[in-house]
Amino acid sequence: MSENNNRNPRFVIESQTGDWEVVIGLEIHAQITSNSKLFSGSSASYGGEPMSHVSLVDAAMPGMLPVINKQCVRQAIKTGLGLKAEINNYSVFDRKNYFYPDLPQGYQISQFKYPIVGEGIVKVTLKDGSDIYVRIERLHLEQDAGKSFHDIDPQSSYIDLNRSGIALMEIVTKPDLRSADEAKLFVTKLRTILRYLETCDGNMEEGSLRADINVSVRKPGDELGTRCEIKNVNSIKFIGMAIDYESRRQIDEIESGNEIIQETRLFDVSTGKTRPMRNKEEAHDYRYFPDPDLLPLNLDQGFIDEILIELPELPDDKKDRLMDQYKLNSYDADILVSDRKFAEYFEVVAKGRDPKLSVNWISGELFSALNRLSLDIDQSPISADNLGELIDLITDGTLSGRLAKDVFEIMLETQKSAKIIVNEQGMSQITDESSIEKLVDKIINENAEKVAQVKEKPKMVGWFVGQVIKESKGKANPSKVNELVLKKIGL
Amino acid sequence: MIDVRILDLSSIRDSLKKGDFTSKELVESYIERIEGSSKLNTYNTTTFEQALDRAAISDGKIKKDETGPLEGIPIGIKDLFCTHGVKTTASSKILENFIPPYESTVTENLFKSGMIMLGKLSNDEFAMGSSNETSANGAVVNPWRSRNSEKELVPGGSSGGSSAAVAASLCPLATATDTGGSIRQPAAFTGTVGLKPTYGRCSRWGIVAFASSLDQAGPITKTVRDSALALQVMAGYDNKDSTSANIEVENFENYMNSNLNSMSIGIPKEFEELDLSPDIRKNWEEAIQWYKESGVNIKSINLPHCKYALPAYYIIAPAEASSNLARYDGVKYGKRVLGEDLDSLYKRTRGEGFGDEVKRRILMGTYVLSAGYYDAYYLKAQKVRRLIHEDFTEAFKTVDAILTPTTPTTAFGIGENISDPLKMYSNDILTVPVNLAGLPAISIPSGLDSSGLPMGIQLITNHFDEKSLFKLGKLIEESRVNIEMPTDWWIKK
Repeated sequence: MSENNNRNPRFVIESQTGDWEVVIGLEIHAQITSNSKLFSGSSASYGGEPMSHVSLVDAAMPGMLPVINKQCVRQAIKTGLGLKAEINNYSVFDRKNYFYPDLPQGYQISQFKYPIVGEGIVKVTLKDGSDIYVRIERLHLEQDAGKSFHDIDPQSSYIDLNRSGIALMEIVTKPDLRSADEAKLFVTKLRTILRYLETCDGNMEEGSLRADINVSVRKPGDELGTRCEIKNVNSIKFIGMAIDYESRRQIDEIESGNEIIQETRLFDVSTGKTRPMRNKEEAHDYRYFPDPDLLPLNLDQGFIDEILIELPELPDDKKDRLMDQYKLNSYDADILVSDRKFAEYFEVVAKGRDPKLSVNWISGELFSALNRLSLDIDQSPISADNLGELIDLITDGTLSGRLAKDVFEIMLETQKSAKIIVNEQGMSQITDESSIEKLVDKIINENAEKVAQVKEKPKMVGWFVGQVIKESKGKANPSKVNELVLKKIGL
Repeated sequence: MIDVRILDLSSIRDSLKKGDFTSKELVESYIERIEGSSKLNTYNTTTFEQALDRAAISDGKIKKDETGPLEGIPIGIKDLFCTHGVKTTASSKILENFIPPYESTVTENLFKSGMIMLGKLSNDEFAMGSSNETSANGAVVNPWRSRNSEKELVPGGSSGGSSAAVAASLCPLATATDTGGSIRQPAAFTGTVGLKPTYGRCSRWGIVAFASSLDQAGPITKTVRDSALALQVMAGYDNKDSTSANIEVENFENYMNSNLNSMSIGIPKEFEELDLSPDIRKNWEEAIQWYKESGVNIKSINLPHCKYALPAYYIIAPAEASSNLARYDGVKYGKRVLGEDLDSLYKRTRGEGFGDEVKRRILMGTYVLSAGYYDAYYLKAQKVRRLIHEDFTEAFKTVDAILTPTTPTTAFGIGENISDPLKMYSNDILTVPVNLAGLPAISIPSGLDSSGLPMGIQLITNHFDEKSLFKLGKLIEESRVNIEMPTDWWIKK
């Protein structure tokens, strides 16, 4: 992959002057999962009473000094390894200077010239099943700012410093994305990787993952156009909407004979449009320089290797393995690896059982039930072992598909195992011929007229089968019933 | 009352142990003397009541023989060290009512050793200055005056409150900080001993920052032995300061009576070419002679890049300061001057809160870090800094210490240089290279100039080799002419 000026782009927007290609690069701010902040010991957990997770360092009291949190460094390295990126043994913390009330120090500690992680790569599977490779330019560590509230009081603004100093990873891609869909799929994939690594919880609604989006447009084959940066978009849906709006806006500007001005823009959720930030908000000379309170970070190779060993199986590898080991198709495998917990659940269910049947039950009944109940898979009322047992009962003929669904519903409610439910409620399928024969005889005897009709119209046999199963309260094995009805009527 | 003029840190320590006087008597004597010395304007804040309470506790401990190493001895604290529950202003209006809810590591170490704070000592605002005239509380007056003159002189800066207080016996020990000479230059101007330890020796945690890569805390005392005693207690690794060095603190007092034979001292050629007052040049030559006579090997050395030290320093220090002082914005603590919007709150608070010298340095620092200027100024200054560091590394391959004067002149008059920043800055020409290289250095009174004002000689050693400063420093005290105390001309009767 490169920034090649492909004359046959993957995606184009058709417009009055012909096709346009959209070029997108992302800067993702991912909050690091850790107990304490990047340079202080205060809690990094979300929420809490305002100003309850604030140390002297976070409030930038005079004479306070930052001390790097080793756990956050570990997490950044782990993420770098997960993005197949080079880890820089030498990195430096810089100060990014600007004034804002929710930035107590008057500068943000970040990494500018020497980031902790260098170039990496992320594979993204598109909807048509093809793969693209998005290059990561760098990943660096930085502090988050506090939060300002301008809507509590007409006279004053309020500041909460709970978030001040929380560790972020800024992950920067090369301009390798070509559509809103690609960008959305990339962020989804990146989030999955971060969640596998347990380095960021990826909760966008809590602000744990936010994106700055660089968008430009060009005619296929042309050099890169002038870009605009859309700041701080905090949902995957909005990322798509912002790109769609912004690319269309830029095309319209150029087609009306105007030039694109490089600027920072905001996405307005209520209108679905982007608008320029006020000049004041963006005209910064950040005066980066190395933070003299912190020594450069010199990483020991042994420390990095230690983290490499602890790395979990990542989505791409897991997908390959699931397809190979369980002979799953790409579609099913993608569903299972989209969350580490799905795959874990699946592998328990599929142990010694039919993998396809297992996937179908998980992605079908289980997911729709969890969705209905708004539960995560690890809160599922039906354990993987219990779902496996249910599948066993289907495989050995104890339960028909229909009965199994009833049992599943009872399992959801009672959290009992399938076997117990079947025994308690006598729900097992009737398969012995003599029992079914009695039911078939009964229905035939009671419906002499219909028997005459069915001989004329053999398609009506379904009615008899249905009646027999109804009579059995759903327990009669449908294929056995079918077989016996045909035999008895003499078709 | 005890005549505290004749006392120093180590004699007080011994007298308290022997029971010659109590800590309470001692504290009362210092309080009386401080109250009579308001003319010198050394203390921003006094904590007498608290000191008397602490003295009673110390006396109890002394009786039970459960003392810390400096139990019951009074101390003055530069107003740059945050002290729990006691106003800490950095001599700036912007922090005029700031009371820290925490204790700096260095003062905590001192108080744990049993020392008793008398109050907070004036300094140049945010430690920016070489004369203690930039303090929001007004100039501090040097207890020394020229023979037959009533002209008031500066005590040096930025630790001018500390140096004047020790010279005037308003405390036997004062803490100080040194970013470009702020301990050594005021010590030289007041006939006191000022030690700037190796960068990383004393924790910076809880000290109001000026230039983080250069700031270092140290003591101002009357004698070299006292300096060793004080460093012993102030120094030590602190995991709250990432630049603190995890290096053993030796028993420095053990080195006070060492043999100097087989030691060698370097005399930097480039410093001989500087514009030094004739008396200071002569004093330097005398000091070289004293060492020669005691068997020290004297060598001429080169520090070729030190001529660029001053400009490099006046880029790096303001750059860091411009960022370090951004937190004083009227939002969280300290002074706040409201305006019609956020920008005017910033402008008014900082405009009224900072003095001219601080504003000048913030402007310089902001300029040198700005886009388009960074490479030409800040980056180049950092390269110069590295070269200066290498000069010293090279020198210390052949010598144990380097000997220079501390300042080019003795104390000047209040108001004489304040409107000429370049002249003021050139005061630091002999001390600044040491900070850029992170080395330890000491200024020791080495004589009086022809008008009777104290001169200081500077010894510089390799990183974490403070013990050699003490070893060699003793000789200056033994060889120099007897330096009388300044007369008590300022005392209110």
